[in-house]
Amino acid sequence: MSDTHAQTAAFVRDSMIQQQDPPVSQSGAVKWVRENLFSSWLNIILTLASLWFIWAALSHLLPWMLRGIWQADSLAQCRAIRDELYGPDVSAACWAVITERWNQLLFGFYPQDLYWRPVLAFVLFLVAIAPVLFQGLPKKMLGFSLLSPFVIFWLIWGGSIWGPVAIALGFVVGWAVTRYLTPVIGVLPGVIATILAPIVYWLLVAAPLAGLLQDILPLGITPVGSKDIGGFMLALVIGVSGIVLSLPLGILLALGRQSDMFLINKVSVTFIETIRGVPLIVWLFTASLLLNYFLPPGTNFDLMLRVIIMVTLFASAYIAEVVRGGLAALPKGQYEAAGALGLDYWNSMRLIILPQALKISIPGIVNTFIGLFKDTTLVMIIGMMDPLFLANAIRATTDWNGVYWELFVFIGLCFFVFCFSMGRYSLFLEKKLRREHR
Amino acid sequence: MATLTDPPEHGFRLGQLIYDTRYRSLTIQVVAMILLALMMSWLVSNTIQNLAALGKDINFGFLWQPSGYDINQRLISYDSQATHGRAAVVGILNTLLVALLGCILATILGVIAGVLRLSSNWIVSRLMAVYVEGFRNVPLLLWIILIFALLTESTPAPNAFRGDEPTSSMFLDAVAVTNRGVYIPALHFASPLSQNGAVTWGVILLVLALSIFAITRIKRWATATQEATGVRPATWHYTLGLLIVPVGALLVTMGAYLDLPALQGFNFAGGTHLRNSLIALWLALSLYTGAFIAEIVRGGILAISKGQSEAAFALGLRPSTTMNLVILPQALRVIIPPLISQYLNLTKNSSLAIAVGYMDARSTLGGITINQTGRELEGMLLLGLFYLVLSLIISAAMNIFNASVKLKER
Repeated sequence: MSDTHAQTAAFVRDSMIQQQDPPVSQSGAVKWVRENLFSSWLNIILTLASLWFIWAALSHLLPWMLRGIWQADSLAQCRAIRDELYGPDVSAACWAVITERWNQLLFGFYPQDLYWRPVLAFVLFLVAIAPVLFQGLPKKMLGFSLLSPFVIFWLIWGGSIWGPVAIALGFVVGWAVTRYLTPVIGVLPGVIATILAPIVYWLLVAAPLAGLLQDILPLGITPVGSKDIGGFMLALVIGVSGIVLSLPLGILLALGRQSDMFLINKVSVTFIETIRGVPLIVWLFTASLLLNYFLPPGTNFDLMLRVIIMVTLFASAYIAEVVRGGLAALPKGQYEAAGALGLDYWNSMRLIILPQALKISIPGIVNTFIGLFKDTTLVMIIGMMDPLFLANAIRATTDWNGVYWELFVFIGLCFFVFCFSMGRYSLFLEKKLRREHR
Repeated sequence: MATLTDPPEHGFRLGQLIYDTRYRSLTIQVVAMILLALMMSWLVSNTIQNLAALGKDINFGFLWQPSGYDINQRLISYDSQATHGRAAVVGILNTLLVALLGCILATILGVIAGVLRLSSNWIVSRLMAVYVEGFRNVPLLLWIILIFALLTESTPAPNAFRGDEPTSSMFLDAVAVTNRGVYIPALHFASPLSQNGAVTWGVILLVLALSIFAITRIKRWATATQEATGVRPATWHYTLGLLIVPVGALLVTMGAYLDLPALQGFNFAGGTHLRNSLIALWLALSLYTGAFIAEIVRGGILAISKGQSEAAFALGLRPSTTMNLVILPQALRVIIPPLISQYLNLTKNSSLAIAVGYMDARSTLGGITINQTGRELEGMLLLGLFYLVLSLIISAAMNIFNASVKLKER
C-alpha cells in the first residue's frame, strides 16, 4: 500500500508549512474593533452615536477644565485673568474658588489653627477601621478600634479629656460585671446586671466623676461647638456615626421581625414600616422641630446629635429589611441544624445564622451605607453646614457670586470617591467570602 | 433498661418564668410590653406638658382656614383665599405629578441603560457604566441643584428670542427653552364637551381605554383563530384604526387646536409653561432613579441562565419570541419587586423639591402652612401619614404581585 500514493497523488508534501500569522482582520486591534465596535449595523450606529456623544461632552468640558484659573481672589479677577490669557467669552473654569475656599468646604467654620485635630481624627479613623475591613492585619489593632470612637470624639469636639474617659469607663463597668459578677450570681441576673450597671453608671456617676477628675487634674484642649463643624467633616461625622450605629440596631430589628414572639414582631414591623414609609427629610424636620415636644420640658440637646440619632434610626430600618432578606434566604436546615447542635437562640444566631445571612446581605448593606452617606447632604435643608450649604454660602458672597460648576464638580467628586470606594470594597468582600464553585 | 423518669413532682415555681422555654417568651413579651407602655406614656406626658407650657392644643381646624399664600404650580384651581386643606391637596397632587412623570422617564432610561450595559458593544457598555456609577455615587440633592442651575444659567432669557436676528430660536416654532422654564404647545378645544376640563379629559381617556380594550379583544380573537386554523389573521390595520379613529373623531368634533407659545412683551404667552423647578426635579429624579433601575434590569437579565435562551432557540423560536415568551416572563419576576421599591424611593425623594422651590406636599402642608399657623405637630403628622399611606398602598400592591408571580413549586 505504501506505493499507492506515488500513483494517485501527483504531489505529496514532505515538509511542514511554516506557521503563519493570522490575517490582519482576525488578530490584534483590528479584530477587537471589528468584534466589539462594528459587528453589526446596529452596533455601528451605537458606536458612532457614543463617539459623537463623548466628543461633544469632552470638547465642551476638557478645554473649560484645562484652561482653569487656579489663583485669583474673586470671580471678577478670575474673569480678568481669563480675558487676558484667552480673550473674552472663552469658557474657562475658575478653580480659584476651590483653592481659596477648600478649607471651608472641608471643615466648615472649624477654627483654622485647630485643623490638625480633625485631620488627626480622620487618620485615626482610617487606622481604626483598617483591621475591621481587612483580615490580614494584626488582631491587636482591634483593641485600638474599640478605643478610637472616644479619642476621635475628644479630638473633634475638644474639651476636657475626662468626659470621654468617664463615658468609656461605663463599658469597662459592663465588661467587669460580665467577667466577675456573672459567675457568682448566675447567667440571667448577670445579663440584666450587665445591661443595667453601665446605664446606672452613666446616668448617676459619669458626669460627677468627670467633673471631679477635671478638678483634680485639669487636662483638656480647646472645645469646639457642633455649630462650627461643617463641610465634608460634617458629612463624615454624621455618615460614619450613622453607619457604625445603624448596623447593630438594624440586625436586632431584623431578628425582631423574624421573631415568633407576637409583641416583639409587631413592634419591629411597625417601627420598620413607619420609618421606611416616610422620607428622611420629614424625619429630619421632625428632629429639628418636634423632638423637643417629646422630651421632658427644658431638655435641649445638640442638633447634630438629634440628626445622628434620626439618621441612625432611618438607616437601621433599611438595614433591617436587607438583613431580613438574608435571613429568609437561608435554608431552613441551617436553623434546624443549629437547634440540633443544642445551641440556644443567641448562640445559634451568632455562630451559624448571622454569619451566613450577613454574607448574603453584604451588597444590600453597603448600598444602604452609600445611601446614608449621600443622604447626609439633606441636613442642609434644616440649616446645617454640609458641603452643599457651604457652596450656597460661598456663592452668596460678593467675591464669588455666580460660581456654580466648579463647586458642584468638587463636591460631586469628593462624594464620588467615598461612595465608589465603598461599592468597590463591597465587591471585594463578596469575592473574598464566596465559598462555592471557585 | 428503662430509663423513663417521671417529670419532677412539684408545682409552678417562679424560676420557670425565666428558665422554662414554655413560659420564657411570654415573660419577655410582658416585660417588653411594660417597657413599651412606660416609654409611650412618658413621651405622651412630655408632649402634653410641653404643649400646655406653650399654650397650644392639638387641633386640625387650621385646615379649614384661608391659607393666604399662592402656589405657582397647581393642577387644580387654587388661590390665596383657598383653605390650608386645599393647599395641602395641591401640594399632594404636585408630589404625585412629579412622581408619576419621574417613574415613567426613569423606567425608560433605566431599561435602555440596563440593556445597553449588557451590550457586546464595548464603548456603549462602558458609557452606560459611567452613567450608572456617576449617578449612583453622587447625592441626589447635588444633581437636583446642578440641573436646576443648568436650566436657569445656561438657557437664554426670553428676550434672546426677540428681534429680526434673534440669538435663540424656538424648536419647530413650538417649544421655547428659556431660563424661566420651558414653553410647550397646549391642547385646547373650541367647543369642549364641558366647561370643566377634568370632565373633557376624562371622556377622552375613557374613549382611549375603550379602544385599547377592543384591541385586546381582537388580539384574543386572532390567537383563537390561530389555534384553531394555524394561520394568524393580520390585525394591524384594525389595531391602528381603533387607536386613531375614535379619539381623532372626538378631538375633531370638539374642535381641538394647538395653542402655540409666542413671545409677547417681556415673556412668552400661550401654551403650557413648565417651570424650571418641575423640570429640574423631574430630570434629576429620573436620571438618578434610572441609574438604579438600570442595575436592576441588568441583574434581572443576568439572573436568567443562558440555557433558557438556548433551549428556546433549540425549539426553533425566533429571538423576538424567545425574548417575549421565555426570557422576559422570568426576568420580570426578578425585576419587578426592586423596581417598585425604586418607584417608592423616587416618590419619597420627590420631597427634595424644597431645594428648587417646587411646591410639593412637603412645601405646602409641611412648609408654608406650618410656618403660618404654628401647627408643626399636626402638619408633620399629616405629612408623615400621607407618605406612609402612599408607601403602604404601593407595598401592598407589590406583595399581591409577588404572590401572583411566585414560583409555584412543591
